[in-house]
Amino acid sequence: MPQFDPSSFPSQFFWLAITIVALYFVMTRMAIPRLANVLEQRQKLIDDDLEQAEKLKAETEAAIAAYEAALAEARAKAHEEIKAVTEAAAKVAEAKNAEVIERVAKQIKDGENRIAKSRDEALSHVREVAVSVATDMVTKLVGLSLDDAKVGDAVTASMKD
Amino acid sequence: MAEELVPALEESVFDLHPPMHQFEVRSIVPIEIGGVDVSFTNSALLMCIAVGLAGLFFWFATAHRSVVPGRLQSVAELMYEFIANMIRDNVGTAGMKYFPYIFTLFVFVFVGNMLGMLPYSFTFTSHIAVTAALAVVIFITVTIIGFARHGTHYFGMFFPHGAPLLTAPLLIPIELISYLSRPFSLSVRLFANMTVGHIMLKVLAGFVILMGVAGVVPFAVVLGITVLEFFIAALQAYVFTILTCIYLNDAINMH
Repeated sequence: MPQFDPSSFPSQFFWLAITIVALYFVMTRMAIPRLANVLEQRQKLIDDDLEQAEKLKAETEAAIAAYEAALAEARAKAHEEIKAVTEAAAKVAEAKNAEVIERVAKQIKDGENRIAKSRDEALSHVREVAVSVATDMVTKLVGLSLDDAKVGDAVTASMKD
Repeated sequence: MAEELVPALEESVFDLHPPMHQFEVRSIVPIEIGGVDVSFTNSALLMCIAVGLAGLFFWFATAHRSVVPGRLQSVAELMYEFIANMIRDNVGTAGMKYFPYIFTLFVFVFVGNMLGMLPYSFTFTSHIAVTAALAVVIFITVTIIGFARHGTHYFGMFFPHGAPLLTAPLLIPIELISYLSRPFSLSVRLFANMTVGHIMLKVLAGFVILMGVAGVVPFAVVLGITVLEFFIAALQAYVFTILTCIYLNDAINMH
């Protein structure tokens, strides 16, 4: 096997040393710094982006919180206003109601008074009518002319029964 | 006539392309320093190509350094992250300062294994001299790191904590041998995997010509094994690197 021929060993060692040292310099001077630089930059970019995203997320959350607070406040305010308006409306309605009731009651009372007055008036005329009717009846049926006073007494007496 | 032809052909095929021929180190530019032959060989050429190719690849891959990577940049980043994660998982953050060495090692072995898969090229990782040199340097470095970090406590590596003292005569030699055999297992694993795979491909490819029409069978096998060899080339680079990480972990954190 040519591998075990020691005559080629010095040359192999020599060139191995030269080439691997050369490769070491190529790697440490060029390849590794460049690659490390790229990877570092990418990592930095990713970190920055993540940080930015985190910041934006926090901002979004703050905005959502503010929106929710505003919404809750608006809702509370609306409730209050509705309540106030409802109360005011109820008050007005009550007042109007009371006024109407009062007016109606007055009208009823007036009506009742008028009815009572009319009735009294009518009742006070009943005797006169009865006397007149009785007088007229006697005159027509019997042909007598009666004294109004006498008829009046008789009517009064019969009305008392 | 036909019976005579087959052995003749067999001989000629393997004479023309002997399976071991691909491992021969041939001098391209003869160089001698202080009486030692350090000729620029095909092995050295492939090592230089590996370094050049790796350099060009990383140069173009990271030319734009874009935040959203292109194809080449993705591959380069994948390799970087792969080794970085390997060290983080196996050694911990304390091992990250050795990242450039481990990364260089991985790239060198990986590109070497892959270049070896090209027809007519040479696999420098299929030579025990190369793998052993890497393994011995790794072994010595790791041992130095171990002693530098833990001082004489590093000898505790050879005697597990809490084991009864009576077992020391048995345990210490076992642990010592297992520790000292690390460079052997590390170098032989890579060298053997690369060598055997390439011999197998060569022999099977020889059968394709020998068997004529029936050669489609070994041809299909060669096709499959070629895929397997690409996989092994990547896997062995990974294994070589992760074992280095494990040895480094022992030196930094001890077990």
